[in-house]
Amino acid sequence: MEKGRNYTLHIWRQPSAKVKGKFKTYKVENISPGSSFLEMLDILNNELEQKGEDPVHFDHDCREGICGTCSLFINGRPHGPEKEITACQLHMRSFPDGMDITIEPWRASAFPVIKDLVVDRSAFDRIMQAGGYVSIRTGGVPDANAIPIPKENADLAMDAAQCIGCGACVAACKNASAMLFVSAKISQLSLLPQGDVERSKRAKAMIKQMDDEGFGACTNTGACEAECPKGISLSNIARMNREFMRSAVVD
Amino acid sequence: MKLDSKIPEGPLAEKWSKHKFSLKLVNPANKRKYDIIVVGTGLAGASAAASFGELGYNVKAFCYQDSPRRAHSIAAQGGINAAKNYQNDGDSIYRLFYDTIKGGDYRAREANVYRLAEVSNNIIDQCVAQGVPFAREYGGLLDNRSFGGAQVSRTFYARGQTGQQLLLGAYSALSRQIHNGKVQMFPRTEMLDLVMVDGEAKGIITRNLVTGEIERHSAHAVVLATGGYGNVFFLSTNAMGCNTTAAWRAHKKGALFGNPCFTQIHPTCIPVHGDQQSKLTLMSESLRNDGRVWVPKTVEMAEKVRKGEVLPNDIAEEDRDYYLERIYPSFGNLVPRDVASRNAKNVCDEGRGVGETGLAVYLDFRDAIKRDGEDTIRAKYGNLFQMYEKITADNPYKVPMMIYPAVHYTMGGLWVDYNLMTTIPGLYALGECNFSDHGANRLGASALMQGLADGYFVIPYTIGDYLATKPYDKVSTDHEAFEKAEKELRERINKLLSIKGNKTVDQFHKELGKIMWDKCGMSRSEKGLKEAKEEISKLREEYWQNVNVLGSNDEMNMSLEKALRVADFMELGELMVDDALDREESCGGHFREESQTEEGEAKRNDEEYTYVSAWEYKGEGKPEELHKEELIFENVKLTQRSYK
Repeated sequence: MEKGRNYTLHIWRQPSAKVKGKFKTYKVENISPGSSFLEMLDILNNELEQKGEDPVHFDHDCREGICGTCSLFINGRPHGPEKEITACQLHMRSFPDGMDITIEPWRASAFPVIKDLVVDRSAFDRIMQAGGYVSIRTGGVPDANAIPIPKENADLAMDAAQCIGCGACVAACKNASAMLFVSAKISQLSLLPQGDVERSKRAKAMIKQMDDEGFGACTNTGACEAECPKGISLSNIARMNREFMRSAVVD
Repeated sequence: MKLDSKIPEGPLAEKWSKHKFSLKLVNPANKRKYDIIVVGTGLAGASAAASFGELGYNVKAFCYQDSPRRAHSIAAQGGINAAKNYQNDGDSIYRLFYDTIKGGDYRAREANVYRLAEVSNNIIDQCVAQGVPFAREYGGLLDNRSFGGAQVSRTFYARGQTGQQLLLGAYSALSRQIHNGKVQMFPRTEMLDLVMVDGEAKGIITRNLVTGEIERHSAHAVVLATGGYGNVFFLSTNAMGCNTTAAWRAHKKGALFGNPCFTQIHPTCIPVHGDQQSKLTLMSESLRNDGRVWVPKTVEMAEKVRKGEVLPNDIAEEDRDYYLERIYPSFGNLVPRDVASRNAKNVCDEGRGVGETGLAVYLDFRDAIKRDGEDTIRAKYGNLFQMYEKITADNPYKVPMMIYPAVHYTMGGLWVDYNLMTTIPGLYALGECNFSDHGANRLGASALMQGLADGYFVIPYTIGDYLATKPYDKVSTDHEAFEKAEKELRERINKLLSIKGNKTVDQFHKELGKIMWDKCGMSRSEKGLKEAKEEISKLREEYWQNVNVLGSNDEMNMSLEKALRVADFMELGELMVDDALDREESCGGHFREESQTEEGEAKRNDEEYTYVSAWEYKGEGKPEELHKEELIFENVKLTQRSYK
């Protein structure tokens, strides 16, 4: 077994949305390099609870990098220093012994803090409700192979569809723009014949909702793509802009 | 109590069609007069809630996650089965039915499983129409692969993220209904009790996980789609929040619990690294299509490997034991999950395990890479290899992966009839939450199929049959039953908060998990189970005297959330042990050491145990009563499963 490591953690503590938050410093010791980042927080919380202190609240669930629940801003980067993974897939071997680690929640006015590191991302759900679907009902659909779809399009749609809705793109963006998230869904559906019928309506409705939620605009810095745990490409934003322009012309 | 499975008469292939016709209908204009509660928004819950909304019912949907899109169905990797026979390789509804019954070791109902196979094809159509980007061939048609021991290619997939894509499809349908006002969504809300009025399910009590508010919700019917209870083992592939509370509370209100001891231990997980671990990660079993499972032939060699004196790649061919290929020449590495898991345990018990702990076996892609090239392997499994490397820091293109079995899925669950109704009128259970389709062992790529079958294509029909006879008036949330349920919940919460003991919830959960894994896990014996029963009972007693839950109820309080869940896991753990004790046979994922063949294979006892165990809660401190639903096989002949 590799030797355990020690860290100094600076963690954002905020009892609720109504109270002002601040950083608090904690020490953790003898952390196995094979532990995940969230397991390190579990260990901290277990110690805090034993001392009678309120554990650090953070969102997490599947711990496999797919549910999109975890949302930690670690040393200035969403999901931490490694590329194309979520915080739950991050392991302590990425952090040298003795390191200072700063942990913050996503910061965006459209994602208000609920407690400590937990934020409210329901704005994403409302954007999806505005149009992130094909308006069909259960049953009465054609056979799955009735409409052939070129493999390249299916693959591109899948690339976009991999978005896990974690919000790292918003957290990374200096404008807190949600364009990468929104464009991933618009791209997926506009690349497929099933989504073609409603493409204009969808682009307009989702973009309007995005603006209403208070997300910022895109200035093409590419921070979202760089920090996206699923590697969603910036070209989706270009495709979304095209869809939006197209909808203005078509209607 | 007499269990009535309500299986329709007639030939197997006609049962569902006939039954659909015989079900009562609710007039389209009257559907808006009925309210339905759906708890859980995974594949089963989201698809059911969306379909109810489309039909015109008023739906309230609940999930503990911050968004319905995050339910743990999302983590399913491999794929979804359907009997499309697109590959022209001899598949059919009957074959999918037969494989599922056999795979479940003949402990599931024929009629339910046949229906599952029958509607499987509709699911694929539905998902494609929603815009689910399944893998395709160059001609533009859907691709399939063979999966988990099936000898036909019937599995549809979206890279290694099939569950994600199917769930996002169901989530999109649900989102549309939320937009249309037909579904009211309650995220970050946990159901903590069921409300019964005159013996029927009429509502639920929930806790708002942000504010701590206890809320009452009334409806004409309640549908539970709250997943499985694998987290009773503490370490599992389930999400951290997965829990049994909704199902267990329903059980305590009178819903019988079916086959609680049937749990699935998945063979291809990343091994445990130490005692700081909180969660295990599954590697899709599609890896077994190309990876070869092996351990060193001798204990001496294995010891050298564990100490790091010998590297796996330096072990000569003749010093390796490809034990699955050796023992099961016809299925080889593709034997069903229970068989693969048990054999991994056996070789590790013999001292031939690898890795630091000795609790791991190799899954080696060397030969596949030599045969097909690294690019082909990368195209098939790239994201899985990457995930493995992120967690272990080993490169599986260069060194063999290490895997070990882990708790993955629970076949047991609330007992339901053919209409998916529990023994409480008006209370339904869908997906992993019920016991119905997988018998004693679930085949790969069948969980997604069942979740969506139940939600899209079964419950929308069967719920009408119940509602059609019910008055439009809804029970008021001021009713004394709501009053009482809320009061009891508040007492439970206050009790937990007031104990202020010395141990954290996680410490208790870990202890419970260890008992369950050691004594009610991959291998079970009468002696071990009896010890487990005593140990859990003691642990439970200690829990209510010595747990430390901080904070208050009036805030976001994740310790309290866990404390309520672990309390229920302990009770369920005891029932699992009771059930495992009762079933003195080995079948599927349930292996009783007393019941094995001379070669060490699981030995069923069809004479005495061809039944579903359905347990009835009889009150605090009293033993549960076992009811038996005899399983009748009219179409398949029971044979000892053989994968040799």
